[in-house]
Amino acid sequence: MTRLPPQAGERIDRSRELSFWFRGRPVRAFGGDTFGSALYAAGQRVFSRSFKYHRPRGLLCCSGGCANCMMTVDGTPNVRVCVEPVREGARVEPQNVVGSLDRDLLSVVDRVGGPFTPVGFYYRTMIRPRRFWPYYERFLRNVAGLGRVDKHGDRKNRYDTEHRSVDVLVVGGGRSGMRAARAAAERGAEVVVVDENPSREHPDGLELIAPATAIGVYEGGLVPVDAGSVLIRFRAGRIVVATGTLDQPLVFGGNDLVGVMLPSGVRRLVRDYALKPGERAVVIAGDDRALECVDDLLAAGVDVLEVVDFRERRVSALEASGRRGRVESVTIDGRRLECDLLVASGGPQPAYSLLAQAGATVTFDAQRGIFVPTELPVGVEAVGRVAGNLGNVGVPHASYGDGTSAKCFVCTCEDVTEKDVKRALAEGFDSLELVKRYTTVTMGPCQGRLCHLASIRLHARERELDAAAVGTTTARPPWAPVKLGLLAGRGHEPAKRTSIHHRHKEAGATMMWTGVWRRPYAYGDASAEVANVHDAVGVIDVSTLGKLLVLGADAASFLERLYPNRFADLKEGRVRYGVLSTDAGRIIDDGTVARLGDDSFYVTTTSTGAEGVLEWFEWWNAVWHMDVEIFNVTGALAAVNVAGPRARELLGRLTSADVSADGLKYLDARQAHVAGVPCLILRIGFVGELGYELHFPSVYGEFLWDTLLGYGADLGVKPFGLEAQRILRLEKQHIIVGQDTDSESNALSANMPWIVKFDKDDFVGKWALAQVEEHGDRERLVGFEMANGAVPLEGGQIVVDGRPAGRVTSSRRSAKLGRSIGLAWVPPAQAREDAPLEIRVDGRLEPARVRLRPFFDPEGERLRS
Amino acid sequence: MSFLLSCPNCGPRDVNEFAYSGEVTTRPAETPDLRALTDYVYFRRNVAGVQREWWYHRFGCEVWFLAERDTRTNEVLRVELPGRGDEATPAPEPAIPDTPAV
Repeated sequence: MTRLPPQAGERIDRSRELSFWFRGRPVRAFGGDTFGSALYAAGQRVFSRSFKYHRPRGLLCCSGGCANCMMTVDGTPNVRVCVEPVREGARVEPQNVVGSLDRDLLSVVDRVGGPFTPVGFYYRTMIRPRRFWPYYERFLRNVAGLGRVDKHGDRKNRYDTEHRSVDVLVVGGGRSGMRAARAAAERGAEVVVVDENPSREHPDGLELIAPATAIGVYEGGLVPVDAGSVLIRFRAGRIVVATGTLDQPLVFGGNDLVGVMLPSGVRRLVRDYALKPGERAVVIAGDDRALECVDDLLAAGVDVLEVVDFRERRVSALEASGRRGRVESVTIDGRRLECDLLVASGGPQPAYSLLAQAGATVTFDAQRGIFVPTELPVGVEAVGRVAGNLGNVGVPHASYGDGTSAKCFVCTCEDVTEKDVKRALAEGFDSLELVKRYTTVTMGPCQGRLCHLASIRLHARERELDAAAVGTTTARPPWAPVKLGLLAGRGHEPAKRTSIHHRHKEAGATMMWTGVWRRPYAYGDASAEVANVHDAVGVIDVSTLGKLLVLGADAASFLERLYPNRFADLKEGRVRYGVLSTDAGRIIDDGTVARLGDDSFYVTTTSTGAEGVLEWFEWWNAVWHMDVEIFNVTGALAAVNVAGPRARELLGRLTSADVSADGLKYLDARQAHVAGVPCLILRIGFVGELGYELHFPSVYGEFLWDTLLGYGADLGVKPFGLEAQRILRLEKQHIIVGQDTDSESNALSANMPWIVKFDKDDFVGKWALAQVEEHGDRERLVGFEMANGAVPLEGGQIVVDGRPAGRVTSSRRSAKLGRSIGLAWVPPAQAREDAPLEIRVDGRLEPARVRLRPFFDPEGERLRS
Repeated sequence: MSFLLSCPNCGPRDVNEFAYSGEVTTRPAETPDLRALTDYVYFRRNVAGVQREWWYHRFGCEVWFLAERDTRTNEVLRVELPGRGDEATPAPEPAIPDTPAV
């Protein structure tokens, strides 16, 4: 039996039995077991197949550092089962295997070798002939990488992000970490400790988050902590790093065999999980802590054949050999010992990555052959072993594999051997960073935890340099592997809905996105909705329009400076269309401005431009310091456009205000009650028919909508959606900012010269527009009409004299006109009435003619009626 | 980018709450010629050093304010609400670092 009798301080709870599935077979476990420890107890020794050679690999570090035990758990790939607590009923599958872990068909790569073995083989081998690359790529994609990502994403798990601010954050809950935490707590600080291991008990007066991993130290002292399904973004006044050390492997022939372990791994198997790590063991190490594992081995009843302390005894050759990837013997300087466990340690290396990320300097300590953090930044502290408090530590050889034919691994994650590193150096990749990029050493799942130091030592030996001169590679986050789902957080797509939204749903509207808004595309047949607006009356929910109140003594001159057209002379109770430009002359938004009083204006913006315009206004007000207050009332007010020849009759039924043709003229703005609801009525006409835009408190949205539809049933009132509105406005050549204009468009080129008042003192964009006026523009926005019924795609190509010369921005079939119409950018020479164009439709060139005036009601008679 | 920025109203907050709006520029007082207009509209000094710049507390109190930030280290030296006449105040001369910024 692998499981030992109860050990003092063991993590497992033998009173609680669990079970899970491994390759479809049930495996029993105790509470507190990890998948790794339970599988080990069940006799599993091979835990994975290596990245490149498909060599069998077993438990090595048992602390979540290496890649040796990565499996797929419940569909999540690359889970380190040595630290993943058992979940009842979980399904565990091995990965990177064709066949089984013990008989992997791809292990042929290891035996045959050939073109696959040397580093960089595919850079050299798989480039010729070039036309074969798609096949090479398909093959490489298949064999490269570890694990398979679920194509449908990790929808089972929900991830959240939490933001926390504490006085002291302690990373690492070992002895030193807890001591530092208690000391800080006694001084009254709010302290949080995060630790990678599941906690056994809860310390008094301290908050312990475990198992949880600090994945890095980012700018501003941000420490994101992976707490499973929650990413906690910590901001701490002080960061205490107590991450301890990482046992480093030795480089020798056969150092990756199953049964070669690090002292930390042995200690955890015995002490935490009461597992017997072997029968006959050899130990080779050079520091006291590593040698402590001999006591654990003896306590577990393991026959310890030999203990080599390389501080006292010089070893020059070491090799492990075995059968089927499992250790059977160890040869030390020619002496062969038969064993099934080889505990080999190249010494402890402080786990300094978080400190280095925080800005600490890392210095080589030649005495002990390790890198230690020095010169910590303000607010960052290192305690315990990570700070280099390690006592007497021996320095091993860079390699014990001279003269052996066996593979000596420097990096087991990526299967990089000593030979590969030497070869890279011989080929001229003579800096550590270059060797890293060429061989991928330190770039595997362990991120250099177990291979960084070994590669530096080897590099230094080969180039006869001091390790200090070789230096380290840059420590970058993440320090520990993290799921992309956790970084992404909860998958939510915020949507804004108007106060009338539910009425649209009830009416069976097809909804669509416009920016962050959900709006009705159509309630059925869009062309019938268009016809109803032309012939009777339609209502459309335009609550999404941005709505700003601009108040103050300077309100008029403020708008006068912001818009190219005039607002100072706008009379109270009148509305004017305006286009906002930048100082580069570019159109950023459009809308209407109504004067409510001497020093109050009501400004509407496009649906998607509300926030942008608000920021734009606020910014200029911050610059100009005018006596102006700007209020965003977008959400507070709903808006409905009532449009069609019978709109007046409908409105007249619901208000005592004078809405006659003379009482409320085109471009009048009037505050009145409609169906008892206080409204601002704007008589404007985006859709080209007699129309009234009613703006009123959102709370009355459904009521007023219902009332309009209810009281206008005999007039034929029907709701219309965005598609109908798009056709209607296109018949009038009314532009949609962002659809018909882009970041290059200006008001002159967009065929609105009447809106630009050059005689004003100044306005934002004046100088740039004056330059356009002087030098001419490159293209012009015009209407066009197809000679036949073809409807070009929006974005379709305009062809003049056989050359691409412009693009279609909007196009629709107008049933009212019986023609296909649109808007397009064309060369200025083409911007004249009746100019011929060709437009590419489905690959064919179709004839069209330029139309500069509205297609429908060009004189605006219906609009003004 | 994860540094903290102090809003003059709300105090230190995560930089992701703010919108950055570039270095402080000076709008010409008189009608500029094409060259001066182009400089104003398109050219930025893009200093490696302390820069005076506009920020907007978009996911907070929605105030526009000015910050002096070292673009090499993201250290924010000063924040303030714009005072009258800031438009005409040229940004401080950039501190040219001895070594190239990394």
